[in-house]
Amino acid sequence: MDFGRVFQEALPMLLDGLWLTVRVSVISIAIGMIIGLFMCLMKMSKNVVLRAIAGVYIWIIRGTPMLVQALMIFFGLPQLIQLTINPDFRLDAFTAGIITLSLNAGAYLAEIYRGGIMAVPKGQSEAARSLGLSQGMTMLKVVLPQAIKFSIPSLVNQFIITIKDTSILSVIGMAEIVNKAKTYVGSTYVYFATYAVVALMYLLIISILMLVSSYIEKKLKYEAKRGKRHRDEH
Amino acid sequence: MKRREVRDTVTNINKENKKVVVTNLHKYFDDNEVLTGIDATIYEGEVVCVIGPSGSGKSTFLRCLNKLEDATSGEIIIDGFDITDKKMNINKVRENIGMVFQQFNLFQNMTVIKNIMMAPVTLKKMTKEEARKKAMELLGRVGLADKADSYPGELSGGQQQRVAIARALAMSPDIMLFDEPTSALDPEMVGEVLDVMKELAAEGMTMIVVTHEMGFAREVSDRVLFMADGIICEQGTPEEVFGNPRNERTQDFLRKVL
Repeated sequence: MDFGRVFQEALPMLLDGLWLTVRVSVISIAIGMIIGLFMCLMKMSKNVVLRAIAGVYIWIIRGTPMLVQALMIFFGLPQLIQLTINPDFRLDAFTAGIITLSLNAGAYLAEIYRGGIMAVPKGQSEAARSLGLSQGMTMLKVVLPQAIKFSIPSLVNQFIITIKDTSILSVIGMAEIVNKAKTYVGSTYVYFATYAVVALMYLLIISILMLVSSYIEKKLKYEAKRGKRHRDEH
Repeated sequence: MKRREVRDTVTNINKENKKVVVTNLHKYFDDNEVLTGIDATIYEGEVVCVIGPSGSGKSTFLRCLNKLEDATSGEIIIDGFDITDKKMNINKVRENIGMVFQQFNLFQNMTVIKNIMMAPVTLKKMTKEEARKKAMELLGRVGLADKADSYPGELSGGQQQRVAIARALAMSPDIMLFDEPTSALDPEMVGEVLDVMKELAAEGMTMIVVTHEMGFAREVSDRVLFMADGIICEQGTPEEVFGNPRNERTQDFLRKVL
């Protein structure tokens, strides 16, 4: 079934693609987490303008396919800038891909954070405010650390989606796994074995991520249990 | 020295220093008027218990005093600062008002000692070393020095509430607010929390305590406020209010709870 051939001929380029996929995923998730945090805080703020900006951002990103967003950012946006501001403007696929993925992850992460923040009992922030902490400090010291903990399962889920979504960036010519695989099968027609190896590569990264997250969750659960057992003894 | 002279040595009350002055306080939740015109003055060193049926607005009144609830109208002066003034920096005023909640509200993401150290360190009132020293002192006072490195979830309700009192005291407040501090506790743990509060009262802390513990109100308070339907119906010394209630609502309430 040509697996031997794929390993021999295509593995180096597929590993190149895998490495790019990992890099793009990590960078985009990191930026997306920051965008998401700001958007979440904006959406929960008392300021109407901030709330509206975050609302529109989340609405547009969630309401359009990522494929369209990628095409828009890679082809559409540079054209718009060339026509209006700077005729020499260029955007490479790597940058466009990271922008697309971060914006996309940011919108979903904003909602995940918001869910986490709302899950923190109101008494926690009231206690902090009653001691004289500002709203910002209360968020930073008391609410967010707990909100992140509540959000871990959904966060991991979003990380997995973002990793898989890198494959969509093949359409703008980013040389990630799928793009490399397409190039290889284009000249060799070894479809099954090549795409099977591609699938296994995704499975590998995501399995590692899931192992790490289940370890973290188990640890948190253990701590919670430890607390409960102590309470029961008293 | 001057303060000492005007201080009543038995009750610690200093009538020269008004800690809390509330004038015609009204509070609405949407269309529902919860506080319908409260006037109260609380003096330095005074221990005031607020009693009354549930839904009478006791907790709302207390929460208005550190602006966890915004007053709809009226004036609240704490230590000379008008906290109903929008320009007032409420965070600064709150540093001087400790609060203890029914549900303890210890920070779940921190150990006991971090719970106590957090505010003094964050608000730059103390260095970490000073805060740790003070926290250990306070934990000793509430009898929980051995629990410094436990998480709140590992403590019993009574222990958690004692830590919560220590946490509030770490900011060295002038006034302490207690919002039904023993209502969420198993009966056998009520005593340990009340004992800490009694000690605090004996040391001269200004305390406002919303409570259903009539025994505590009778024994410890200098003055009892009875609230119903959003106003203070009756107030006086515990002997007056419990021994000889004049208001019909008070008589009715006391008949039910005593």
